[in-house]
This record gives sequence, structure tokens and C-alpha cells, in this order.
Amino acid sequence: MELINEHLLSLMVFLPLIGAMLIVLLPKSSEQSFKWIACITTLLPLILAYKIFVLFNRDVAGLSINQGFQFVEKFSWIPAFNIEYFLGIDGLSILMLLLTALLCPLCILASWNINKGLKGYFSLFLLLETGMMGVFCSLDFFLFYVFWEVMLLPMYFLIGVWGGPRREYAAIKFFLYTLVGSVLMLLVMLYFYFMTEPHTFDITRLIAEHKNFLGFGHILWFALYIGFAIKIPVFPFHTWLPDAHVEAPTAISVILAGVLLKMGAYGILRISYPILPEATLYFSTFLAIMGVINIVYGALCAMAQKDLKKLVAYSSISHMGYVLLGMASFTEEGINGAVLQMFNHGTITAMLFILVGVVYDRAHHREIDGFGGLASRVPVYTGITAFAFFAGLGLPGLSSFVSEVLVLLGAFQKFTLYTIIAGTGIILGAAYFLWTIQRVFLGKLDAKYAELPDINIREILSLAPLVVIVVVLGVYPQPVLDLMKASLGYLNSVVGG
Amino acid sequence: MKEFIIHYAHIILLFPLLGFIINGLVGKFLQDAFGKSICGIIASLMVCASFALSLGIFCTLSELDPRSRLFTITLFDWINVGNLHTSISFLFDPLTSVMLLIISGVGFLIHIYAIGYMHHDSSTWRFFAFFNLFIFMMLELVIADNVFLMFLGWEGVGLCSYLLIGFWYKDKANVIAGNKAFIVNRIGDLGFIIGVFLLFWAIGSQGIWTLNFAELKEYSYLLENLYLGNINVVTIICLCFFFGACGKSAQIPLYVWLPDAMAGPTPVSALIHAATMVTAGIYMVTRLSFLFILSPVALGVIAITGAVTAVFAATIGFAQNDIKKILAYSTVSQLGYMFLALGVGAFSAGIFHVMTHAFFKALLFMGAGSIILGMHHEQDITKMGGLRKKMRWTYYTFLVATIALLGIFPLSGFFSKDQILWSVFSSPYGSKSLWLLGVFGAGLTSFYMIRLVTLTFFGRHHHTDKAHDTLHEVHESPKVIIIPLVILAMLSVIGGFVGVPHIFGGSNILQVYLSPVIADAELNHYPMITEVGLMLVVFMCVLGFAYGAYYLYSRKPSRRAKLIERFSFPYKVISRKYFVDEIYQHLFVNNIMRTMRFMARFDMVVVDGLVNFAAFLTRIGAYGNSWIDKVFVDGLVNGIATVIGSLGSRLRKIQTGYIQDYVYVLFASIIFILLFRFMIA
Amino acid sequence: MIKLETFLIVSAILFSLGIYIIIARKNVIAILMGVELILNAASLNFVAFNKYSVPTSFSGQMFSVFIIVLAACEAVVAFAIVMSMYKNFKDINADSATTMKE
Repeated sequence: MELINEHLLSLMVFLPLIGAMLIVLLPKSSEQSFKWIACITTLLPLILAYKIFVLFNRDVAGLSINQGFQFVEKFSWIPAFNIEYFLGIDGLSILMLLLTALLCPLCILASWNINKGLKGYFSLFLLLETGMMGVFCSLDFFLFYVFWEVMLLPMYFLIGVWGGPRREYAAIKFFLYTLVGSVLMLLVMLYFYFMTEPHTFDITRLIAEHKNFLGFGHILWFALYIGFAIKIPVFPFHTWLPDAHVEAPTAISVILAGVLLKMGAYGILRISYPILPEATLYFSTFLAIMGVINIVYGALCAMAQKDLKKLVAYSSISHMGYVLLGMASFTEEGINGAVLQMFNHGTITAMLFILVGVVYDRAHHREIDGFGGLASRVPVYTGITAFAFFAGLGLPGLSSFVSEVLVLLGAFQKFTLYTIIAGTGIILGAAYFLWTIQRVFLGKLDAKYAELPDINIREILSLAPLVVIVVVLGVYPQPVLDLMKASLGYLNSVVGG
Repeated sequence: MKEFIIHYAHIILLFPLLGFIINGLVGKFLQDAFGKSICGIIASLMVCASFALSLGIFCTLSELDPRSRLFTITLFDWINVGNLHTSISFLFDPLTSVMLLIISGVGFLIHIYAIGYMHHDSSTWRFFAFFNLFIFMMLELVIADNVFLMFLGWEGVGLCSYLLIGFWYKDKANVIAGNKAFIVNRIGDLGFIIGVFLLFWAIGSQGIWTLNFAELKEYSYLLENLYLGNINVVTIICLCFFFGACGKSAQIPLYVWLPDAMAGPTPVSALIHAATMVTAGIYMVTRLSFLFILSPVALGVIAITGAVTAVFAATIGFAQNDIKKILAYSTVSQLGYMFLALGVGAFSAGIFHVMTHAFFKALLFMGAGSIILGMHHEQDITKMGGLRKKMRWTYYTFLVATIALLGIFPLSGFFSKDQILWSVFSSPYGSKSLWLLGVFGAGLTSFYMIRLVTLTFFGRHHHTDKAHDTLHEVHESPKVIIIPLVILAMLSVIGGFVGVPHIFGGSNILQVYLSPVIADAELNHYPMITEVGLMLVVFMCVLGFAYGAYYLYSRKPSRRAKLIERFSFPYKVISRKYFVDEIYQHLFVNNIMRTMRFMARFDMVVVDGLVNFAAFLTRIGAYGNSWIDKVFVDGLVNGIATVIGSLGSRLRKIQTGYIQDYVYVLFASIIFILLFRFMIA
Repeated sequence: MIKLETFLIVSAILFSLGIYIIIARKNVIAILMGVELILNAASLNFVAFNKYSVPTSFSGQMFSVFIIVLAACEAVVAFAIVMSMYKNFKDINADSATTMKE
């Protein structure tokens, strides 16, 4: 028990990896057990996540090991280069960690029907989870980078092998894009390393010595920004996203939108903000403008899409714009709203992608105009989808309202005009979601779908936790806000002055 | 009892929520098991419970000392981060209790009515689930104690409106009307939320971070001298809020959704689009009256918008033939009156009109619904006529409602409308020209209402589509529909007596009751004769227009045709609703659609194109590189290999494999060597 | 008395004939006959040199006998090869046995 408590984070990170190895070692004949192994090895981190949620000290604020970071594990890993195995979480990362731990079991549930290359699929998926958890936990830049890359490879194969018809193109596009980002990050990382004495990758030390990087601050910031912006994705680096989403299998879309997109924003907050505070302030208006562009541009593009999955992908771009806008505002409301928006978008967009997957499994296409009148045939599915759409358009009482309103409220003080422009995103969001509901579900039932089966129990099971979370966080977001309030408040005061 | 209410008044929300959950989750099974009425009965009971609790709250508040008629119930923190502290907490004061009574009372009657009206629908469970959800949201809206929580209900009622307008979703037109309602409301909501932000930061800059109504009221004086540029911040805040109210309460320029919203079932029109939801804007402005009173500019804008909307919408009502559309424009027009009242600082008059209007307009819609049922879903008034004899109860109640709407003494509409017009005349924020507009609007109202009544109930039956007379197919509606009509008719008659003007020796109970919450503007004093004179003027005007309508539509229809011919252009403009929908379509919708298509193309062609172009360039570069590699670098290596290879293949020929050749060579060489040796030696 | 040179000349003629046959003829049996001629030329030389250089010993004659035995064995093996070659190629032309090439 003692051991478990001391290594909670390591366990969370490496349990899926153990599962992956187990799957690889088992013979192909025991294929049916792979799902269950994957299920268990993703559920265990969820249990641990709950434990972390309970044990987490809400009042600790700061950016060093002693204050700010909890559940710390620190060992020397490669002593020759001063590289450490250094894990720890604070109010910023715990939310992302919880999100990852939550979404992964649901994704396993959503990929229950995969029947091609089970061994590869589930082992790669678990490896992916390890990578994601690792990114959110690591406090050593090198370790961060390693996990970042660990994540990349499984994603490439998961899209490239189990994807749709244009999967190779999408996978390559995703891979190259992300790789460009990684390279920039690597360069910055090395610069950081060599500019500290003694050389280190330890993020807490880099933060302490941030004055060393003043000289090239703006360039470094921008290089990091491009690296992370590709992941978020920020206009104009976003075009890999619709392609990757359209081609990726359902569960992978969920992970992609639910977790991977958050990593960009997380990276900016974790690395750019505290290590390069001056440059961050300098670029804050720029960030806000990019956020607004994302919101409006994404919404407009979403409105014009004909493919259901592309629509959701573009809506993701729009919603991630709020994150940028909130981050840039340097008000406590804005930053808290931004991180909460990351979490809420993770849950809502996961719901949306699972739902699109459900209808795709049945109708074998995703053309919005190809449907019509489904409401009278599949009422339960319609109800849940409408719920998810309303959550997406920020209906008060559902979780995204809280985060969006916090972002806008925070940003309003600094960037009044931009916020008003961003506010039109709310209207556009309503427009494209309602228009989609109308075209897919309402009107006369197309005779083609007279036999369409309604959503089944397994699918409902994979959606129900998300529905509950969206409602609960809409009415009572305080527990989550309490988790991050202290850390983000401190971050805001350190960076924003 | 009193203790219980003061601590647990918020469970008023619980009943409709419970009804929503029951009907939403198991309503279908209940409906299949116990028949169609069961869902309606459950829903009605829930609203009835809310109504009972509303009465309890009202009584509890009445018993309290007038200055302390207020209690709040706080449940838990909602959003509490940075400077923003909002909680899920509810405020009960006289204004709230009046709204609660209207909503749950009228709501209850309409629920019962809906049991009859929706009897033939196959999914009543869905209808009543949404209906109860609406009641929940609306109650939440009025008992919220901070702006954010109010916004929750504000959007929630919009959602229910959307769901119920498109209730018969198989018809695309209904769905589009629902979309229009929601999106237009969202445009208003943007104004609302910006107002909230501005208010939050403005009052925060004075050191008070709050969005709580009570605290805002206490500290609103701090905002008085804040300027943004050279505009008073309060003015901007108020205008933003008012823009939100325009959306919800269907004022120019955002009224366009309401007439379309009539696509929903008639109980929806009665409850949501006449009695309650559309008055949310009035409630909101009244709730924030302490802000609005600080900004004469904003009040002026509200008053002018209200007056213009009242007249504008009434004129459209002239030339409509759909019974529900006429009533919808009438609603827009009456809402205009309410805003006119708010705009001159007569907030309690606005609320008074909200109340009486809820009675008679709900009654009108329900009567219209009864007619529609009786006419087998015919809504065109030119195809009606002569229904007076066939639908007696409907006729009488409809007539009562009409007279109440016209504002004829002593029905309820008279008192509220009179109070509004008198306030407009005598308030320091009002003016004579606004008063004239209001009177003109009242005249127009009487014209289109009398036209409606005449065409529907009097004269011959006009159903010209079919050869045979269809009047005998018309039937009176069942009791479950008639009883709510009668109750509302009674309310329409007596509802006005809560606000009898002083000159009749009465006292304005409502105004007094609301006074702790609402800061009405102090009216200028005029001699009593002025007030009576003005009343008579209004009365004459109403009668004149009424007679005109009766004359044109019942006595001399030929005159009407001539008149229409003579003013054919204005008539066309009016009958096409001033082309506002077309203008909006052209100006906004089409442009947004164009932009969005352009953006999507831009994204695919330019942004993605650039990416793919970069990839293409890289590939070209790679090909070039690989060509160089092949030709020069690899060429050298391959060149050597080729030389050796070709040499080898030539040398190989020596190896013939014929033993004779070898022997030949062997001896030839021996001889050669020998000769060589001999020659050397 | 016949001189040693006479034997050597005969032997040289025999040898040259054998070489010529080996080189010129395609027929495997003819080539074998050429080989026999060369062997005979050699054994004639052995006997002749024995007679004229060390008349008392018989080592030259012994070699001749060996060569005759050897030639007989060789002929047996060679004819067996020729037989199987004939079976496979339907002729005994040395040029046609090219399957082992390349």
C-alpha cells in the first residue's frame, strides 16, 4: 500500500504499458482477452486517478517542488546528462490527468467492435495512454519530450492502419506536422539545457533560472508556440485535424480531440508561461487574436462542412480558441476558464465523436445531408446527440457554459473588442449545431433508415459517464475549479505580474 | 408553514423538474400503459404543486413587514473563481412572487388545456416533458438571485421554446421556425452577456465584485459617474441588457422570430409565446430597474423602441390571415407597450400589464386553439366565419379577452393600459408624442382585433374551398379545454382590480406591493380632469377604430376591397410584413452563408493548399535530390561496377568449356614458350 | 642396330598424332583414341630409354605395363561415360555436352 501511494503517478503512467506488453506477449489465439486486458489496464489508472483526486491538496500553490507540485517522484535517470525521471502534478496537470484517465476506458468501450488486428490496436492504444499520462506528469523537459514522442508513434499507426479510406494521407500529415513541432521543441529544449549552469532539463529549475533565457526569449517563445500551436491546433496550422479526425477510427478521434489537442495548450501553460514569462506577456495580445480567429474561423468552417465528423473537428478548433483567449487574458477568471474549457471540451467532444461513430457504424456514412428525420426512428440516440450538441453550443446549466463564460468574462477586461467578436462564435455555434440537428434528425424520415437500430447499451454506457459529468459540472463546477484555482492563480500572478 | 417556506421555497423548482424527469424518462411507458392523459396529468399536478407553493410564498411575503419582504435561499457555490463569486441561490421578493403566481397559475391552466389539446398526438409524454422543463426554467429565471443564474433560466426557456416550436419536427417549416427563434434569441443573449461582463468589471473597478441583485442594487450608485469615452457606462450596460430583452421579448429589431414561432402547438404559443417567456425581458429590465433608472438615455431608447414596436407590429396585424400570426403580432405590439412603460420609468405598470396580458393573451391563444381544433386545423380566418353559434363558450371567452385587450372599462386590460398611457403622459421620462403613439397603437389594436373577431365569429361561413357547407362539421371543444378558458376569462375580467387608479377611488395594490423592489419614477402632477379626459380620448379612439373595422369587415365588405385597391402598395407592404424577413435574409443570413462557404473553401484550398503545396515542394526537392543521387553519386559506384561487369562478361567467353580449346591453348602456349626460350637463349 | 633417335622419332610422331586427334576431332571416341596414342607414345619412350640407358633393370618396362593397365581402366570409365552421354544427348559429340556450362 505504501508503495502504491508513493508511486501513484508512475503506476498511472506505466500500468497501460504493462497491459500493452501483456497483449504483445499473449498468443494471437487469445484475441478475445485483449479487450479485457485493455479494459482493466485503463480502468486501474482511473481508480488511481480517483485516489489522486481525493488526496490532492487543493491549497498548494507555487511552481517549485516543495510548493506547487504534489505526488513527486524524482530519480536520476541518465546522470551523464543530468536527466531525471521527475514526475509531479499541480492544479494544471491534475485536471488533464483525470481527463485522460477518464476518456481511455470509454475509448476502449467505444472500440469494442474493432475486429482487425486486435493485438496491434489495443497494445498501441495502451502505449498511447502511457505517452499521454507521461506528458501530463513529467516535470523534466527531456522526459516530457520523450513521452511526447512516445505518443506520436502509436497515433500514427492507429490512424494509418485502422483508419478510413484516406488514412495513409491523414496519418502522414498528422505525423509530419507533429514532428515539425517536436523538432522546434527539441531545439528550444536544448537551448534551455545549455543556458543553465549546471545543465539541466528540470522544469522547476528552468523556471527558477528564467532570467537566463531573456536574450532570445521572443524567438524561443515563438518556436515553442509553433510547436504547441500545431497540436492545439491554431489557425493556420489546423488543417491536419479535420483530415486526421475523418480518417481515424472513433476511439482515436476521441483521444485525438479529447486529450491530444489539450497537450498544446497544456504545453504553453506548463512550459512557455513560467519559463518565458516576459515573452508570454509580450505575445499575449497575439495569443488572444489567434484565439478569436480560431473561434470565429472554426465556427464558420464548421457551418459549411458536409461531413459530420469534419463538422465536429472544426467545432473543436472553434472551442480550442476559447482556451487561447482565456489563457491570454491574464485574469484568474480567464485562465481558470481556459483550463476548465480544456476539460469540458475534452468530455463534450468525446461525446460528439462517439455519437458520430455510433451513427457511422449503422449507416456507414457521415454525410449530413444524407440523413434526415432520424429522430422518429432513433429517439434515444437523437436525445443524447441533441444533449451533446446543446452542451457544445454552451447552454447554461451544462459544463461548457461555465468555462466559456469564464473565458469571455476574463478576456473582456483586457480585450473588450476581441471578446465581443469572439462572442459571435456563440451565435455561430448555435447556428451550426441547430442546423445539423435539423438536417440529420428532423424532418421526414428517409426511407433508407426505416430499419436503423437505435443506440445500444454498450454505447450508452460509454456515453453515460460523460453526460453525467457535463451536467454535474454545469451545475456544480466548484470541485473542479477548486482543484486548479490555487495553482492557476499563482501562475497568473507570476506570469501576468 | 412560514418557516418551511422561508427555508424551502426553492423546492418550487423541484416539482416541474421532477415532472420533466418522469415524463422524459418513463413517460413513453406510462403513456403506453395508462393512456395518453397520464403524462398531462402528472405534468399538471407538478405545476399545480408549484402554484400552491407560489401562493404560499405570496402569503408569506404579504405577512411580512413591507420593508423586509425578502428572503434568500442559498444552496451552494456555483462558479467561484477569481473575483467572480456566484452561487446557486434564490431570491424571493414581491416581484418574484407576482411572477411566480403568473407563471405557475397561467401555466397550470394551460397545462390542463394542453391535456385536451394534445390528446390526439402520439407523443404527449415528450410534449409535457418539455412543457414542465419550460416551467422549471421560467421559475428559475424569476427566482434567480444573480445575473448569471438568471441567464441560466434565460437560455433555458429559449431552449424549451426551440424544442416546443419544433415539436412537430416532421414538418421542416416548424423546425426552421424553432432554429430561427433560438438563433435570434442567441443574438440578443450576446448583448445580455456582454452587459453582464461590462457590469461585472465596471462595478468591480469600484471595488465591489458582485453580480448579486441585492448587492448590485445597493452599490449601483457607484456606477453613476463612470464613463467610457464620453458615454456613461451605465447607459452601455443598460443598452446591452435591453438588446438581450429585445431578443427574448420580441422587440424591434429582433422580433422576427415570434410570429414564426406560432408553428408550435397552440398551448405552447399561449404559455411560452404570449403569457410567460416573452415577458422575461420585461421582468429582467424591471429586476434591474435600479440600473436603468440611472440612465435616462437607455430609458429613452427603451421607450421609443417599445412605442415604435407597438405601432409597427399592430399595423402588420392588419393584413394577416393566420389567426395565430395575428395574435403573435398583437403580442409583439403589447410587449411594446410594456417596454414603453418601462422606458418611462413606470416599471410596476409594465409588470401590471405583464399580468393582465398573460390572462387575456393566453386566453386569446387558447380560444384560437379551440377554434383551430373545431375547424380541424384550419388557421386561416378568411375561411372561418359564423362560428359564434357553433362554439359558444369559445366565442364568449374570446370576446371577453378581446375586450380586455382593447382596454375597455372595467376589464383588466383597461387598468394596465391606462396606467401605462398615463405614466407615459405624466412621467418625467415620458412625452406627449410617445403618448400619441401609444394611443394610436391602441386604436390599431382595436382595429385588427375586431377584424379578427368579425371574420371569425360573425357573418357567413367562408369556407370556400369545398362545395358543401362545412360549418356543421365545426364542433365545440371538450370540457378540459373550455374550463381553463372560462377561468382565464374570469381572471381577464377581474384581474385589473389589483391596480385601480386613484381617481376611481381605488388604490394601486400591485404598485404598492411591488414598491420595495421597484423604483418607479415619480409622476408629475396634473389635475384630475386631465387624466379623465385622456382616458376618454383613448376610449374614443379605440371605439372609433373598432367601429371602422366592424364597418369594413362586416357591414360593407365592398368598401374594403376598394380601399385595398386604392392603397394597394401600402397594403402589399403591410401584408408582406414590411419585407423585414426578406431584408434580414438578404443582409445577414445570405452574407453569413456566403462567408462560411468562402471560409470553408479558403480553408480547403488556401490553408490546406499551402500545406499540401509545401509538401509538394518538399517532394519535388526530394525527387531532385534523388536524381542527383542516382546520376552522380550512385552513378560513380554503378559505373565502376558496370565496367567490371562488362569486362567480365567478355573475358568469360574465353572459358568455352571445350576440352579441345584448352588443349589447343595448352600446346600452343607450350610451343610459344619453347620458341620464346630458344629465341632468347 | 637401331638407334635411340629412331624410337624417339616414332614416339614423337605418335604423340603429335594423338594431340592432333584430340584437338581436331569432335567425336569423344576418337578423342579417346588420341589419348591412347599419346599414352602409347609415352610407354614407347619408357621402353626405349630403359634399353639404351640401363639395360640391366626393367623399370622402364614396368612403367609401360602400368600405362597399359591404366589405359585399359581409363578406357572402361571413359566408355561408360560415353554410353551415358549417348543416352542423354543421342550423340557422342564433345561439343554438345554443354549442360554443365553456366
